[in-house]
Amino acid sequence: MQGWLPLVPESASTFSWQVDALYFYLSGVTLFFVLLISAVLIFFTIRYRRRTPYEIPRPIAGSHKLETLWTVIPFVIAMTMFGWGARIYFEQYKPPQNAIEVYVVGKQWMWKLQHATGQREINELHVPVGRKIKLIMTSEDVVHDFFVPAFRTKADVVPGRYTTLWFEATKPGKYHLFCAEYCGMNHSGMIGSVYVMEPREFDNWLAGNTGSSTPAAAGQQLYQTLGCASCHGANGEGGRGPTLAGLFGRPTQLEGGQTITADEAYIRESILNPGAKIVAGFTPIMPTFQGQVTEDQLVQILAFIKSLPGGTRAQGAQGTASPGASPAASTPAASPASSPAGSPTGNVR
Amino acid sequence: MQPIESFEVPAPSKVNYINAQYGLKSWLLTKDHKRIALLYLGSITFFFFIGGIYALMIRLELLTPQGDLLQSTTYNKVFTQHGIIMIFFFLIPSIPATLGNFLIPMMIGAKDLAFPRINLLSWYIYMLGGIVTIYALLAGGVDTGWTFYTPFSTTFSNSYVVAAGLGIFINGFSSILTGLNFIVTIHTMRAPGMTWFRMPLFLWSHYATSLIMILGTPVIAITILLLAFERLSGVGIFNPALGGDPVLFQHLFWFYSHPAVYIMILPAMGVISELVANFSRKNIFGYSFVAFSSLAIAVFGFLVWGHHLFVASQSVYAGMIFSFLSFAVAIPSAIKVFNWTATLYKSSISYDTPMLYALGFIGLFTIGGMTGLFLASLAVDVHLSDTYFVVAHFHYIMVGGALMGYLGGLHYWWPKISGRMYPEGWGRFSALVIFVGFNLTFLPQFVAGYLGMPRRYHAYPPEFQVFNVLSTAGASILGFGMLIPAIYFVWSMRYGKHAEANPWHLPGLEWRTQSPPLTENFEVTPIVTWEAYEFAPPEETEVVGKFGPELERI
Amino acid sequence: MIESHATTQDVHGHPALQHHFENMEQQREAGTIGMWVFLVTELMFFGGMFLAYALYRSQFPAAFASASNHLDITLGAVNTAVLIVSSFTMALAVYFTQVGKLRPQIICLILTLVLGVTFLGIKAVEYHEKYTDRLIPGHLIPSAPFGPDAHALHLLPGATLPQVEMFYWIYFAMTGMHALHMIIGAGLLTFLIIYSIKGRFDPEYHGPVEIIGLYWHFVDIVWIFLFPLLYLLGRHFEHG
Repeated sequence: MQGWLPLVPESASTFSWQVDALYFYLSGVTLFFVLLISAVLIFFTIRYRRRTPYEIPRPIAGSHKLETLWTVIPFVIAMTMFGWGARIYFEQYKPPQNAIEVYVVGKQWMWKLQHATGQREINELHVPVGRKIKLIMTSEDVVHDFFVPAFRTKADVVPGRYTTLWFEATKPGKYHLFCAEYCGMNHSGMIGSVYVMEPREFDNWLAGNTGSSTPAAAGQQLYQTLGCASCHGANGEGGRGPTLAGLFGRPTQLEGGQTITADEAYIRESILNPGAKIVAGFTPIMPTFQGQVTEDQLVQILAFIKSLPGGTRAQGAQGTASPGASPAASTPAASPASSPAGSPTGNVR
Repeated sequence: MQPIESFEVPAPSKVNYINAQYGLKSWLLTKDHKRIALLYLGSITFFFFIGGIYALMIRLELLTPQGDLLQSTTYNKVFTQHGIIMIFFFLIPSIPATLGNFLIPMMIGAKDLAFPRINLLSWYIYMLGGIVTIYALLAGGVDTGWTFYTPFSTTFSNSYVVAAGLGIFINGFSSILTGLNFIVTIHTMRAPGMTWFRMPLFLWSHYATSLIMILGTPVIAITILLLAFERLSGVGIFNPALGGDPVLFQHLFWFYSHPAVYIMILPAMGVISELVANFSRKNIFGYSFVAFSSLAIAVFGFLVWGHHLFVASQSVYAGMIFSFLSFAVAIPSAIKVFNWTATLYKSSISYDTPMLYALGFIGLFTIGGMTGLFLASLAVDVHLSDTYFVVAHFHYIMVGGALMGYLGGLHYWWPKISGRMYPEGWGRFSALVIFVGFNLTFLPQFVAGYLGMPRRYHAYPPEFQVFNVLSTAGASILGFGMLIPAIYFVWSMRYGKHAEANPWHLPGLEWRTQSPPLTENFEVTPIVTWEAYEFAPPEETEVVGKFGPELERI
Repeated sequence: MIESHATTQDVHGHPALQHHFENMEQQREAGTIGMWVFLVTELMFFGGMFLAYALYRSQFPAAFASASNHLDITLGAVNTAVLIVSSFTMALAVYFTQVGKLRPQIICLILTLVLGVTFLGIKAVEYHEKYTDRLIPGHLIPSAPFGPDAHALHLLPGATLPQVEMFYWIYFAMTGMHALHMIIGAGLLTFLIIYSIKGRFDPEYHGPVEIIGLYWHFVDIVWIFLFPLLYLLGRHFEHG
């Protein structure tokens, strides 16, 4: 589990060495100043110890030059730290295009993951080495946090919204997955493993684990059963409601002149709170589906809409889910019973 | 000009503020700021021990990787309550309510604070908040973490959230009233001649602390109130099911709770300024820089709360702004550390217990402050957030910093407060034990954190055990070290050597009263004609030499 | 007037001088600064709720406008006028105390109190209306959970009942907190009236009247912000 130095974890992503380098810089500067101040303190305390009981030293008021020096130098050092950290962070939180997507739903006290190709995992994530992986995450209940120390990255998963995390694994192996936001009784048990595999091994794993339909196919079923087709068209071509085919990722103009990008958050919001953003030229007649869809189902509908042709994110390398393709077998109820999105449980005191 | 040679202290009288009146009623209905300070001293010591017992339980559980000592729900309550008690009922009131209350009027030459009855009310409110919180603990405890994140605290936790929140809410008013009192006192009741820049730095830092208290505490008050109402009424603004926003809670919570950490450290910094100057017999190098840095910390401290939300789905651009400001807020603290160190140059240092605590503070605060830079740095914070690195960082500041400042100040002013000296040998010994125990407890946690050990974990993967064992060993030493002063302070009240008015031979205004002081502090309002920390007349710019042995008589 | 005090003055100054102050000037200054500092804390306290209001109003404009339309604007406007006049009578009371006119001072204080209680009474009527319309959020009142007649609310397009409930949550939180401060103010005024009748205040010692006046003005100003934000939101929709 430990990396090349007992003080750092294994390095398994393209971020790891970057963060470690900055960490060592910070440690070096810290060590320098701590040793400097300690040495000076010890030296002064010995050199200027009181020798006679009633002596008074010469008062020294101060020195503007010194004050400037030890304000400016620390500030400059601080800015290097800031700049370096900000640069890496910007990259960490800018999800790349063309990444393999995995949907993550956190709930008390487990991680449910589903690959775009349909494979489901509980508390485990299998990924190929050397590919960019993007996690689209939400929570069914409270705030959790998806943390993989070996990748040096984490992000909160928040009920009511999607958060994303991305990484590119560099070394095959098995790495800790922790929940890193206190979430109740079994917070320390909400752990698992990330398996990074060579590409062939990963393909084998994929092949050996199909059985449930892809999220997009399941989403298409929901699209029909929930009645979306009646306003948005059987294939998302539009009608009384706006066109969904080609919508994802594109700028969309709203009533009132504002233009927004139709991302995951927008689609989720439009299902749960349709009145919040009305597309220009349409009236606010869409009913809300709050309480009628679970987080898992929302993710599936989202995957379906993303798969509709014309958008910026048609199903990528793994894709088999095109509209109209009949899904394999069952309804997406393989996971333990989940409550409708966002409803509270528990006593009140 | 009042050089140290020509003090005028009234001949000590048998009457002082402690024996001026007897009886429980004279203490519980007192208006004397010094008696109120003692009331606070007793209460916060009591709460410190409760918080300490929780800490002990945490460290015992974490000796082994399995969760085998406590059930997980119990453990969750233990760390929550450790945080609540230590932060709200010990750290925030500690220095201001005990040392601040006792010394501020004396340092400015006043007979009392501006509003003595509000001062007493402040203590009663603190006690009421404490009783409500203890009720919550005894009735079954609270398990949300001291941070009360929603929606866990509003809709999922089956513990006494409202009761605990109410206790903290009530306690907040104690803080607000204390801050209000200090601000008005420092503005309006300084003795003639005591200009702002003749004030001891202890007063500057308490003024800055009070600004934070009055501006920040009302925000946590309304946040807790909203949380409680949401929990009770089943609807609210933090509930995502209704379009509410759990992250809004985090913003509101941290808007207070980050400045709160400056409430905890600024008074300690004020104490350190006093200790460094007085035990090296030299004015603080760069006095006005240190004074203004306290104000700068107070102001900047309100602008950085978002660094607690770097991984909480806050926008990347907001993250950058908060990171930049978090680095900026470190600079005034660095200025203080350099100025304290420079003060020691060509000074005359004595190794009394308070000075040992001050030296320990400077070293440990430097470590704590610089590890804060790791957390201000965005990319590193992504990795370190919610790991033991954060736990180690804030304990370095709060225990290595604030607690050391408190203990140092308590030792320094003990002769003035009680009229007795503590045993110096035991004082130095326990300072050393505390220093060693403290570092052994928290240094390994930095390493464990970077290796990935998350915080608030009841059970952990076995590779982290070695760090936890070291940490628990350190905690036992630290605990033992802190018991020693508890014992000898109490012992000294009866058997300690009687202290003279000015046992350390110092020029501060508080030392120009008897030990313990009269109820009204000064019989005649002093007229101040000297600068802060003026050990010798300012025109004597050469190495001065010594003040005479006639000081022995004082 | 000076003579009447000369006989009651003891060696240490005005009878109302507290022992730890040097003179009445210092005492008055301390009291005034103290009240200003306290009002700053009140500003921060209400500020959190104003923030929540701003956030959710921008998120749910239609629901907030619909819910706002359903508030009784007449009663709200009357209350606003009542409070503004009460601030005027309060200011007059302070003035009369400063110049030593006891009877007008007491009358103005009583008028202020009456107006304040009137405000609270009208508020109670409004709250009762909300209760009968089942608009009290959640299950704050267990026997009358939130469940209004959606049609009677004339919801604007895009507004949903849960969002309307959010509006009423904020409405009750803000006006309730304000009403609590009014009640405290009424209590303080009662004290002032009693002490005024006993002749405690005079041109040399009127600090309490001044600072309670400051408090009263602050509570008034909070209402002046609350009224348009809560009551006047969606008026243009009604006729648009």
